[in-house]
Amino acid sequence: MLLIPCPYCGPRPELEFTYAGEANISRPAEPESLSDEQWAAYLYQRTNPRGMHAERWRHVHGCGRYFNASRDTLSDQFQFSWKPGESPP
Amino acid sequence: MTGPFRTEIGGRIDRTRRIDFRFDGRLYSGHPGDNLASALLSHGVHLLGRSFKYHRPRGVLGAGSEEPNALVRVGSYESRATPNLRATQVEIHDLLVAESQNRYPSLSFDVGAINDVLSPLFPAGFYYKTFMWPAWGWRRLYEPIIRRMAGLGRAPTAPDADIYAQRYVHCDVLVVGAGPAGLAAARAAAQGGARVLLCDEQSEFGGSLLSEPDTTEAGRNRLAWRAATLATLAASDNVTLLTRSTAFGVFADNFVALVERVTDHLANPEPALPRERLWQVRARQVVLATGAIERPMVFAGNDRPGVMLAGAARTYLHRYGVRTGRRIVLATSADSAYGVAMDLHRAGLTIAAIADVRNEASGPLAAAARAAGLPLRTSTHIAATHGRLRIRGATLARNGTGAREKVACDLLLMSGGYTPTVHLYSQARGTLRFDESLGAFLPGGDTGILQVAGACRGIFATDVAIADGAEAGTVAAARTDPGGAPQPVRTISVPDSGALLAREAPCDRRAFVDFQNDVTTKDLRLAVREGFVSVEHVKRYTTAGMATDQGKTSNINALALVANERRMDMAAVGLTTFRMPYTPVTFGTLAGAARGNLFDPIRQTPIHAWAEDRGAVFEDVGMWKRARYFPAARETMAQAVARECRAVRTGAGLFDASTLGKIEVVGPDAAIFLERMYVNNFRKLAVGRARYGLMLGEDGFVLDDGVIGRLAPDRFHVTTTTGGAPRVLAMMEDYLQTEWPDLRVWLTSTTEEWAVVSIQGPRARDIIAPFVIGIDLAPQAFPHMAVAEGTILGVNLRIFRVSFTGECGFEINVPADYGSDVWHAIMQQGTVFGLTPYGTEAMHVLRAEKGYIIVGQESDGTATPDDLGLGWAIGRGKSDFVGKRSLARAAMRDPSRKQLVGLLTSNGETVLQEGAQIVTAANGNASIGHVTSAYFSTTLGRSMALAMISGGKARMGEKLLAPMLDRTHEVTVAPAMFYDPKGERLYG
Ligand SMILES: [Zn+2]
Repeated sequence: MLLIPCPYCGPRPELEFTYAGEANISRPAEPESLSDEQWAAYLYQRTNPRGMHAERWRHVHGCGRYFNASRDTLSDQFQFSWKPGESPP
Repeated sequence: MTGPFRTEIGGRIDRTRRIDFRFDGRLYSGHPGDNLASALLSHGVHLLGRSFKYHRPRGVLGAGSEEPNALVRVGSYESRATPNLRATQVEIHDLLVAESQNRYPSLSFDVGAINDVLSPLFPAGFYYKTFMWPAWGWRRLYEPIIRRMAGLGRAPTAPDADIYAQRYVHCDVLVVGAGPAGLAAARAAAQGGARVLLCDEQSEFGGSLLSEPDTTEAGRNRLAWRAATLATLAASDNVTLLTRSTAFGVFADNFVALVERVTDHLANPEPALPRERLWQVRARQVVLATGAIERPMVFAGNDRPGVMLAGAARTYLHRYGVRTGRRIVLATSADSAYGVAMDLHRAGLTIAAIADVRNEASGPLAAAARAAGLPLRTSTHIAATHGRLRIRGATLARNGTGAREKVACDLLLMSGGYTPTVHLYSQARGTLRFDESLGAFLPGGDTGILQVAGACRGIFATDVAIADGAEAGTVAAARTDPGGAPQPVRTISVPDSGALLAREAPCDRRAFVDFQNDVTTKDLRLAVREGFVSVEHVKRYTTAGMATDQGKTSNINALALVANERRMDMAAVGLTTFRMPYTPVTFGTLAGAARGNLFDPIRQTPIHAWAEDRGAVFEDVGMWKRARYFPAARETMAQAVARECRAVRTGAGLFDASTLGKIEVVGPDAAIFLERMYVNNFRKLAVGRARYGLMLGEDGFVLDDGVIGRLAPDRFHVTTTTGGAPRVLAMMEDYLQTEWPDLRVWLTSTTEEWAVVSIQGPRARDIIAPFVIGIDLAPQAFPHMAVAEGTILGVNLRIFRVSFTGECGFEINVPADYGSDVWHAIMQQGTVFGLTPYGTEAMHVLRAEKGYIIVGQESDGTATPDDLGLGWAIGRGKSDFVGKRSLARAAMRDPSRKQLVGLLTSNGETVLQEGAQIVTAANGNASIGHVTSAYFSTTLGRSMALAMISGGKARMGEKLLAPMLDRTHEVTVAPAMFYDPKGERLYG
């Protein structure tokens, strides 16, 4: 069970979290101005990297907050986490 | 009677006490400290089981958790029986009842042994090849026979009578294994100030210290050192000691699972004690000191009872005071065998021959054996063994020549070198490297949070292992104190051992590699010949390493054979994956208290007790228990539902809607927020009014629905589907926190704050009006989709005029604690109006008559609002909402999409099956849609169905077909609204 660093609460067991997909994918400000292809890319295309991955988690059974973290998809090791709107350390 | 093979003195057993136990119905005796294997061996009993596939007689091979052969069923009651336990790990007590497995009628005469004669029929992968024809044969003929003939123990038939506990703990340093390295590591870590947890799978700490002679190479007294170290540990406040506790799994970030066997070794345990306890440990640092397992030699007849690992014989001698035989042949490819030979020789056993396959044996141990006059033959292997239920002799052969020699013996010991027990290290994602001189895979190094010490990393000499463990413990403790002194480092390196891998069985006869799954050298060679390249494939094809012992004694030998067959290096062949559990774990331990009623949380509404009293039949909706219908005396479900539906249509019905999800959305920007989350218009919604809300995903498909009432300019009462509440709240939080953090909105889950009593029907208003204070319920004052706050029976009330039945209806929200009282009062008041409680089944029928959808029943995650006939809900002129952009895609407006329609069967008695496919008469093979809901409607006097049909809206009146199991039914497409299409009753 992973130990996940919540930037609000500190390291907590994986059981307290839900995964929320890749980070840094903002909802387009004007969806209507996007082509179908651009909109499909926003909806479905993800990097799915082998290695460091910026992703979102929610500390659902804790502070309830969404936050960002970078995790190595190969080793499952977390590098660090940061609050929404902040830059990674 | 003391067993005839018991030594006169020595061992860890208490000779002053006798324990009587039963094996296969016979009474045997042993002493405290014995396990089942040692006690039986003390009586000269070697035959303990029959093998998996060939039913070959098998004896004890090892002395611990690596044992592949001696599997027994323990327990005289089905409710307390456990199959497939290793006799080497079952401690004896006065009420122990054990029996052998996989034999009929008896262990010494087993009819299944015919399989051994027929073994040419069962090559590797035989079940893929032999039993292909006829098609029905596998399920009805072959599988039942194979299941009866091949196998391990019999699963217990009664529910487990024991209780199991679970515990979470944190520690600074977890040390796994309490042999010399582990004990030293724990002591050093504790001295470094760390909180230490030390666990070992055995009944007492010490590991190899208990199995080997009194003094080490350096002259240290093993048992004295062990006692002194244990005394230090026991006196330390910061140390927790766990015996009989197996670390069976290592997970991410040093999360380690241990199973502690609490009562199995006791004849009369305290009834309150759990049988086993699962420890879930989060350790800052882990030291693995899990030791090493001896490898068997691969030769023909190496599985006969009386063929044993050399180290095991030494353990039985030193730890249990048992001579495993009288006249001994040793087969070896490693120096370690000579130490064992000397020990047994000193204990008065006859060493008949030592066959070393290596061309020379030059180490100090071999020299000592030579000096003692032991008959040592190099370049010699075992060509055959003799005997049936017990070995009687062995044929020794010179490598490469025809010279043979038959030697009588009653024990044949094997030592193919030691394999470090890297299972847990590998589970922790440590990388392994192959060490040629050791003939074994070794841990590549420490991971920063997990280290390995002692024999587990190839350091076999006791004195060095102790020093190695102490270093690991010191380093681990220092790492948990990052502000402390400079970090110490490990200095000890792994020495050469000079073992030779049994790469090639020197004869072509059948030699066993995996004892538990009966995999032979022939099977492995066949797999390679048939083109299996990856070891993972060879493993699955031959089943080598796939038994309950996970190939603890067989994996390396199997790999060596594959490497040899393919002319490759061991390192290039690689290793199969180590998976948890290290040894089998009971379901009871993993389940803990989560069984029966505690298996899954049960949610009950405040009205549950009333419904139970009333004889309601409940159904599970998510975790909720919901009353499905309330049968009166001798009523069938259909009769009860019909009566409940009639009551709602003609008088009034009372429905417990408390399970509806509820979210309080509050803040100056609440209306803006909801307008973005839902397709509807909320900014223009007046205070005191409610609206049907439809929520989409960004992909444009319907996700949830519910009624949303505006209680104040900045306060909304949002309801969701019963199952959807957590999902909707999570999605709202996601958008609020990460997309629109500028919005001043706060979300609170209020599902369990409110009890919801829904009253529906033409008499609903008359029944509740006397109770409701401060709200005028008259139709003009409180029309359909109105909401207001007031009081009812003196408690706070939020009342919605809403309907999921098509009748005039009210949803009465009161604080959950008062739900039951309010329900009672309304029921009492309603009696004269014929007020009838109704359940979810009637609710389903009533809403289907009106064509109201249920998200997840009519919709399946691919339905748009238009598909469901809900396009009207989309707010006009809204620039954006979640899912809007996707609705603009051409495919979302394709007229051939599946659309919600009604279906009427030509025979009004026929109720279609939900899920039935719909086809056209022109093409009976291509489904154009499916039935989503189907009921018999008492109101209509006939059956009705809702369905999602391709281009359904354009098919009104069309005749289609619904093939079902009994016959194909003709149906006519109709609007998805069977009752009161003008809504006169709803608005009345
Ligand atoms: Zn948190």
